[in-house]
Order: sequence, then C-alpha cells, then structure tokens
Amino acid sequence: MPLWLIVLIKSAILLFIVVTSFAYAMLAERKVMGWMQLRPGPNRVGPWGLMQPAADAAKLILKEDLAPRTADPLLYRLAPFVSLLTAFSVYAIIPFDVTSAGTWSIGNVNAGVLFLLAITSLGVYGISLGGWASGSKFPLLGSVRSTAQMISYELGMGLALAGVLLVAGTTSLDGIVSAQRDLWFFIPQFVAFVVYVVTAIAETNRVPFDLVEAETELVAGFHTEYSGLRFGLFFIAEYVNMLTVSCIASLLFFGGWNAPFGWTWLPGIVWFLLKVAAFMFFYIWLRATLPRFRYDRLMAFGWKVLLPIATLNVVVTAVVIALKG
Amino acid sequence: MAMHKRLYNVGAILKGLSITLRFMFARKPTVQYPSVRKQHAPRFHGLHELRRYDDGKERCIGCELCSSACPANAITVIGAENAPGDRKSPGERYAARYEIDELRCIFCGMCEEACPTDAIVLTPRFEMSDFRRGSFIYAKDRLLVPADGGVGTPPDERPGGIPADLGGVAGKKSTLDVGSGYDATYNGSLLKTQRKGLTG
Amino acid sequence: MSAIFWVPAIVLVASAVWTVTASKPVYSVVALLLNFVALAVLFLTLSAEFLAMIQLIVYSGAILVLFLFVIALLSSGVAPLSLGPNRLPRIVAPAAICVAVALGLVLAGVATSHGIPAPPRAAYANAGSAGMPGVFGSVGDFGKALFTTYLLPFEVTALILMVAVIGTIVLAGDETPYVASRRRAEQNRKAMREAIAREGD
Repeated sequence: MPLWLIVLIKSAILLFIVVTSFAYAMLAERKVMGWMQLRPGPNRVGPWGLMQPAADAAKLILKEDLAPRTADPLLYRLAPFVSLLTAFSVYAIIPFDVTSAGTWSIGNVNAGVLFLLAITSLGVYGISLGGWASGSKFPLLGSVRSTAQMISYELGMGLALAGVLLVAGTTSLDGIVSAQRDLWFFIPQFVAFVVYVVTAIAETNRVPFDLVEAETELVAGFHTEYSGLRFGLFFIAEYVNMLTVSCIASLLFFGGWNAPFGWTWLPGIVWFLLKVAAFMFFYIWLRATLPRFRYDRLMAFGWKVLLPIATLNVVVTAVVIALKG
Repeated sequence: MAMHKRLYNVGAILKGLSITLRFMFARKPTVQYPSVRKQHAPRFHGLHELRRYDDGKERCIGCELCSSACPANAITVIGAENAPGDRKSPGERYAARYEIDELRCIFCGMCEEACPTDAIVLTPRFEMSDFRRGSFIYAKDRLLVPADGGVGTPPDERPGGIPADLGGVAGKKSTLDVGSGYDATYNGSLLKTQRKGLTG
Repeated sequence: MSAIFWVPAIVLVASAVWTVTASKPVYSVVALLLNFVALAVLFLTLSAEFLAMIQLIVYSGAILVLFLFVIALLSSGVAPLSLGPNRLPRIVAPAAICVAVALGLVLAGVATSHGIPAPPRAAYANAGSAGMPGVFGSVGDFGKALFTTYLLPFEVTALILMVAVIGTIVLAGDETPYVASRRRAEQNRKAMREAIAREGD
C-alpha cells in the first residue's frame, strides 16, 4: 500500500474514534455533573441516555443556521472550521501505544511536543476570529478575552512542558513515554505537572477559566451568535481540545501506555485510555466544583504565579540535570 | 497575600472537590416524572373545577365574587336569571358564561375563598400544556364537573381520593371558538372584541 | 520539484499578496496566518523541524494573535475606507523595483560566492529523525549553536528585548489602576470636604 493510503485510512479510523469519544465525553460530562448536583442527568434517549449524543447531533444539524446581519460573511463561516481543524490536527502525531508492530500513531514527528504547542497555539484563531466576525458586542468581548488569556497561559504551559523535555532529553512523544518506564514524570516534575494542569484548563477555556464563554457576563461569549451546526463545530472543538490536553497529560506526566506497578496484564493502549479518561473525569469534577475566576485575577494568576513557578522549575531542573552530568 | 493564606485556598478547593465527589454517589431525589408520578398534597392548587350539588344543580350563582377577588383578573363571569322551568342553579341566578384564563391565573386560591357556595375549587390537576394560547381559556364545558361523577364534595374529599386522570384535562377541547378570537371581558364588561392570533 | 514544494510556495506568495491588498485589516491577519503556516510547511520540507515549529509557535501563536487583539479592539467599528485614501497603488512601482534589485543582488551573491556550505548529504538522509541530538536541524543542534557559536548575538537580543519590556512598563504602567483609582477617590473626597467647608462659611 502506498504511504498516503495508509495515512488516509489511519486518519479516518482516528477521526471516527475521536468524534465518538467526543460524543460520549459530552454525555459523561452531563451525567457526572448531574450526579454531582444530585440529578440523574440525561436518561431518556436510549438505555441510560446512551443515545443522547445522536439526538443532540440530529438537533444541531437540523437547526436553522443563523448569521447576524452585521457579521463578516467570510470569517463568520470560516472560524468554526479553523477551531475544528486545529483541534483535530493534533491527533496526527499523538502516539497511543508502542508494540512490536511499531508506534500506533499517524505520523511520528520527532519534534512532537513542539508540534503540539504549535498547533494548540493556533487554536485561539477559531475563537477570536469567530467572536470578532459575529459583529456583536458580547462575542467581541469574549474573543478579546480569549486572545489575552490564551497568550498568557500558553507561556506557562510551554515552560511547564520544557521541564519534562529537559528530564526526558528528547522532544519526541514516544521518546518521552519510554523515558518514563521506571518513574513517571509527575513525581520528579510535580511542579510542572501542576502548572500544566492549570494552564491546560485555561487553554481549553474550561471552568474555572471559562472567561471566554462566561454565560453570566457575556451570554455565551464568542459563540453567542452561532447556532445550529456551526455552534456544534465549536462545541466539538472544545471537547476534542479537552481530550487532547488529557492525552498530553497522560503521555508527558503519567507514563502514557506504561502500566503502573508492572501490571502488564492489560495492553498498553488500555492503560493510556484509562489515564486519559481519568483526566477527563478530573475536568468534569472541577467544573462541577469551582466558580469562575475574575478576569483580572486570571491574568494576575497566569503572569505572576504560574509563569514564575514554571520558569523556576525549568531553571532548577536544568541545574540538577547539568550537575548530574 | 500571605503564603499560608494561599495554601488555605488550595485546601478549600480540595474540600470542595471532596464534597462534589461525595454528592456524586449520594441518592438522587429526582422523580422520573412522566413514568413515575408523585402524589401531590391533597390541597395542591391546580386547575379549577366548578362543582354541582348532589341533585346535579350547579353551585355557581353567578355572583362574580370570584371575579372581583381574583388578583390576576383571570376570571370572567356573566350571570343570567334562571328560567323558571329549567333551573340551572338553586338560586335566582346562574353563570351563563364562566371563563378562566389559566395563563393569567396565579393559582392562589382566592376565588375558592371568595365563593359563597363553594362552587369554584382548585383540583390537584396541573398538566394543561397545549400548543395554542387560546386553548388555555377554560370555559364551563371544561370547568364544570359532569353531572354523574363525585359532584357533591371537593376533589380531595371524594371517596376515590384525588382524581387519577391528572393529565386528562388537556385532551378535552374547548367549545369556545378560539380560532376566530374571543371577547376580552373584565367583571362582565367588554374590554375588547375579537383578539385574533391567539391560537398560534 | 514536487507538489510538496509548489503547493505551499504558491500559497505563500498568494497569501502575501492578499495580506497587502486585503480590504479589511482582519483579512490581512488571516492572510498572514496562512502565509506563516505555508512558510512552516516549507521549513519542514527543508527538514528544519525546529524552525518550522518555532515559526508557528512564536509568529502565528503569539505575535499574530496580538495583531488580531489590537485590530479587534481598535478597528471593529471603523470602515476601511474612512481610514483615508488608499496610497498603495502609488508605491507599487517603486516597491517592485526595490524588490527586483534586492532579489537580483541576492541571486548574484549566491551565484558568485563559494562560501555557503551545503549541508552534508548524510544530514539529508537522516532528515526524518530531526529532533535527535547531532542531526541536522535538530533541537539539540539548534540549542548548541545558539549557546556556543552565536552566544553573543543571542545575549544581545535578549538584552534588547529586556530593554523593550522595561520600556513598555515605564511608558504604560507607572502606577497600578488600583493605586490610581484610590488616589483619585482621595482627591475627590478632599475636594468635596473643601467645598462643604466653603459652603458652610
């Protein structure tokens, strides 16, 4: 088989998996948040509400697609696709397992972590262009917030990942995972791990950093004017981004497909998916628990707390590694 | 801020997380409503009902006290003299028209208290949804209890208990011609005729 | 030359033209974004993975986002035509001549010089595994060059950026809004007290 055909088949399979996991991540969020708020959550469509994502998809597809008269005709339509494209393209390099057959990934990039940072840094365009192009006040405020927030937290995130890169001595994702065979990096890089988790929540615009949507202040933030399928695309992008940062957390800090305590009776990919699911649960758990940050405190927290901590972590890690030889 | 205060904040977040996690496994008080129906309190304020005496005569004597007591101006009563041969009610007069706009009604029960003959009572029925606004104007055809069923006593004291057909009221269609609009009245006087577009 | 070169190259030139001719500033930003992405792809074909990623992270992810931030804040209600006459057509000819001369000089320099060393063939053979230490275009090589051969320029750049940062703080933020508002409130109270004292006399 030619290479492009293999890549195409792999991409199609992965796209299907990611979209399905998005659908059920959304259902899981509604269920878990329901339980935490003493409700059963959606349970009418299918057994235990398992067909709810299909019903939601049908609703979003069939809904009328509205565009405000003041909207920019080109960018208003383009923005959701930019969001979705950047959200999905990260999966081109995320490895899921390494077996004797090779690495389970579409492309094996050696500057993997840098590629992740590059693509996630493009994710802000979908949100800020969408908010700007809506031609309305609340979306504009949401998009301005998102640009400021994502730039601020990207720095902390990059520096947190730099600590891991220093310890692993490589920028390739499967190299980092195989460097964690003995000790998962969240132990030596605990500070970086905490900074990464916080910045990842901010980068995906989730509670308590969902200033970009902030329904109590900005109606729905950047996607106030979006409806139907275009809103659905933003929705998918948000959840796929959540899955992405969960994947990165488990690859970089929790040993990816390495089994804990040598429990290799489960295949590596199962361990990987379990770790991703645990992070997703943590996200939902946080959302059900914490209120939203105030905007100035969000910025102060990013610049005055997370960034110095992450910088200090990089410096200390570098010194320790240099002294060790 | 002092360092120990920041650490205290982290502790507060962890405490909050533990609370939500505990609640996740707590028993849920939700009632699966359409399939499981909760028994309402006997004196729940729901849809109105016009009662009859044991002999089948209407209790309402068209005095319009309910209408004047109504804080939401939801009740319209137009009384008429009883014809000597065909008495609708034991009194001199009876309600020729009796309409309640259930969308205006706030279900306070003041009409019940004002009624001198205990004719108007609130039942525990509450499922009145419909797709047309006009169908929420309940006239005598839907308010008056049928002459054959449990007419003498208020709903919560009837031998069969609270009526089981809680959802049954929406199915009965009004004889009011709401399609062509209806007359808006206040205490019997006509305010406006033919309000159109209420059926959509 | 294959499609992997021509497609990004054409996109690169086309988006550059769109950047300068776009009717709205936001379109210029989008065109420039496209330009940067195409450039990153071209870097990748030259097996300069690190440079491609830095191009995306720094230029697209940070600098261009700030452009968008400023444009979204400043020009959201301004129609492009009300900003003034379009002077672009008048400078097209001089600009074209300048670019032609510069390009000619570069080409002449390349043609006559013997000093530019081509990377060894072995490096190209290993190009797929950039990111490993000791391979052409890798992160390790990049860092080593930056901190040994080019240490002085690197530190000077850092110093210049530091000066810029400090300058921004001096120009824009001599006091925090909180202090300023408290000072204003204090002044208001003082003025009010004086006014009341005057009224009382």
